[in-house]
Amino acid sequence: MAAVLSAGPVTAARARRRHRLRVLAFMSPWLVGFSLFFAYPLAATVYFSFFRYNLFQLTPVGLTNYKFLFKDPYAWTAIKNTLWLVAVMVPLRVLFGLGLAQLLSKIKRGGNILRSIFYLPFLIPPVAATVAFVFVVNPGTGPINGIFAKVGIHLPDWFNDPTWTKPGLTLLALWGIGDVMIILLAALLDVPKTLYEAAAIDGANAWQQFRQITLPTISPVLMFSAVTGVIQTLQYFTQAMVAAHVSQGNADQAGTTTAPGYPDGASLTFPQTLYNEGFQQFNMGYACVLALVLFVVAMFFTLILLRRFHAFGDDD
Amino acid sequence: MFPRHRRLVTALIVTLTATACTAGSGGSATESGPKAEAPQTIEVWHGWSAPHEVQAFDDAVAGFRKLHPNITVKLVKGQDDTKILNAIRSGNPPDVVSSFSTNNVGQFCSSGALQDLTPFLKKDKVDTSVFPQTVQTYTQYKGVRCTLPLLADDYALYTNKALMKGSQPPKTISELTTLAKKLTVRNPDGSIKVAGFLPSVTYYEHVGEHVAPSFGVNWLNGQGRANFATDPGFTKYLQWQKSLIDWYGYDNIKKFVHSMGQEFEASNPFEKGKVAMAIDGEWRVKFLQEEAPTVQYDTTPVPVNDDRQNAYGGGFVTGTIIGIPRGAKHPQASWEFVKYLTTNTDALVTFANGLGNVPSTIPALSSPKLTLPPQFRTFLDVFKNPNSTTIPSTVNGGDFVVKFDAFVQDQWEPGKVPNLQQGLQSLDDKVNSALKLAGG
Repeated sequence: MAAVLSAGPVTAARARRRHRLRVLAFMSPWLVGFSLFFAYPLAATVYFSFFRYNLFQLTPVGLTNYKFLFKDPYAWTAIKNTLWLVAVMVPLRVLFGLGLAQLLSKIKRGGNILRSIFYLPFLIPPVAATVAFVFVVNPGTGPINGIFAKVGIHLPDWFNDPTWTKPGLTLLALWGIGDVMIILLAALLDVPKTLYEAAAIDGANAWQQFRQITLPTISPVLMFSAVTGVIQTLQYFTQAMVAAHVSQGNADQAGTTTAPGYPDGASLTFPQTLYNEGFQQFNMGYACVLALVLFVVAMFFTLILLRRFHAFGDDD
Repeated sequence: MFPRHRRLVTALIVTLTATACTAGSGGSATESGPKAEAPQTIEVWHGWSAPHEVQAFDDAVAGFRKLHPNITVKLVKGQDDTKILNAIRSGNPPDVVSSFSTNNVGQFCSSGALQDLTPFLKKDKVDTSVFPQTVQTYTQYKGVRCTLPLLADDYALYTNKALMKGSQPPKTISELTTLAKKLTVRNPDGSIKVAGFLPSVTYYEHVGEHVAPSFGVNWLNGQGRANFATDPGFTKYLQWQKSLIDWYGYDNIKKFVHSMGQEFEASNPFEKGKVAMAIDGEWRVKFLQEEAPTVQYDTTPVPVNDDRQNAYGGGFVTGTIIGIPRGAKHPQASWEFVKYLTTNTDALVTFANGLGNVPSTIPALSSPKLTLPPQFRTFLDVFKNPNSTTIPSTVNGGDFVVKFDAFVQDQWEPGKVPNLQQGLQSLDDKVNSALKLAGG
């Protein structure tokens, strides 16, 4: 009897251990992935940020890299540009995407073709799309400015004028609106028709229907578009860099280096500064500081997204 | 069950630890690895990718294959510095690497990414005086010679004979200025139809590093710090450049430059007869041969400032470099390959003929096997001229030149610098703080 009594807790403990191991085994792919692709790189980034690191030699420098951030004019130019893009490009993309989706949701005939036409630019690889766009709007190589000039509208030299470079990039982003448009279109088509019918019976006009029915129903998707848009824009790199290279005209020869952000730093975004410091000047330690700043800001917006999702979930 | 789990976990830990410890390890020594006479395969990474370039490299290597039948050479095309550095850091680098970025020699040598070749050179008693002094400068950093030159590029003045209307190519900056104004043809609205000479750094190869040497500039001072505010050559260069830009009108230059398209296209304005005089690399000779065979042109050294006429004949020189990575598995065979390719006249001439580049040793310059057009002669002369210059290596990849060109393009040319001295001082500060950050 005593043997049986003592065996009970032992068996229970063993079962608990087995259960824990089983849970761990099921979780292990995620744990391995998380450790290898997130935890370790993040820890390494924090670690290297306290060193001068050229990929081969580590020299401890304390807070030097962090202090340099405050007096690095290029980083601050990049921060200002990136914030401009977040403040202007993201809302415009959401608004334009919503307007387009609203339009497409109302079209009865030919809607599928129009959807495809508006979605297509998003499928073009970013480098090719940017090269084509810059060529087309460059007054020297493309027809757009010439066509407008014939009707008396003088468009700016988009990617060669520091004042118009970021608006030019915004236009490029609006051209590739397909991603935002398609999710907002899906959200709009998901709004129950009965709500509109009831509102119409109550005498609500189109604006009131949009304000009181459409917006509240699709607001989680709008929120998603806005926050993912912010995160994407914080990482805005390819289009800005390609536009600068193409509009500059100099061949991107192997072995030559040009300053990022042409013209006059107007297209310099934060990830470009990070790339330039890490892979062109080999200041990997300082690049880690920049990466951490980007991580903290992106994390902040991700947390907002998660909180909002939880809030919507609670409402349900 | 549990002991089995424990064994599995232990095995995993041991494997991971072993992997972590061995990653990135490697050694370097002239005597390490298999002897050069042993049968082996070496992997050579290079940046050329166009079919005719790849073929030219293969042809240049043919002699080595014949000379060292025991060494199989595997050529890998289209590699850049990022891939090279990643491979070295991973501990599994190729045996030989070639890079177009002389700007990165400081990083390669100071970090030990590429092996110091001095012991190899001493062991085989290679006479480095076969390389012009300028080339010797850009292939080392602070006495560590971790690369050797593999062909070179230099710059000269191209003049379109038809547009020159009988004028002789200029030798001084004042002659260049006079001719630039004389040969320029404007449209009725004042915009440029044909440019005599475009002084802007936004015109293809007219960047600071190719034009400022005509004013005898020293990019860095004795302490390896930026010299822009201190060296009067920069002020002279910038003031001349701005005065000519103002003569054209900044907006006119901008309009002209932005209508040109890309540098390496058949629409190049020199090839199209829209620019009378242009500074360009030796490769343009081959481009003209293929894209604009009817254009009659001359090449002469880049004009020098009037107070430096004794320096006429030199120019800016740079080129491709080749070295042996840290951790290369076959350093002795790799050295044989590097030595052959950088010092063997036939190999260099074959390669130069194929690419239209300048062979990088003095003996190769006078080889009768060089089959390049007569205009190419200027580039061979500039290459060996003692007045030719290059830019010094730094630990942060030529950042000082990049910042200088950006300053000229974005601030100086549009007239945003009210006080040049202060502007250059501010540029010095930016360059120096970046150098300090990188440990330079």
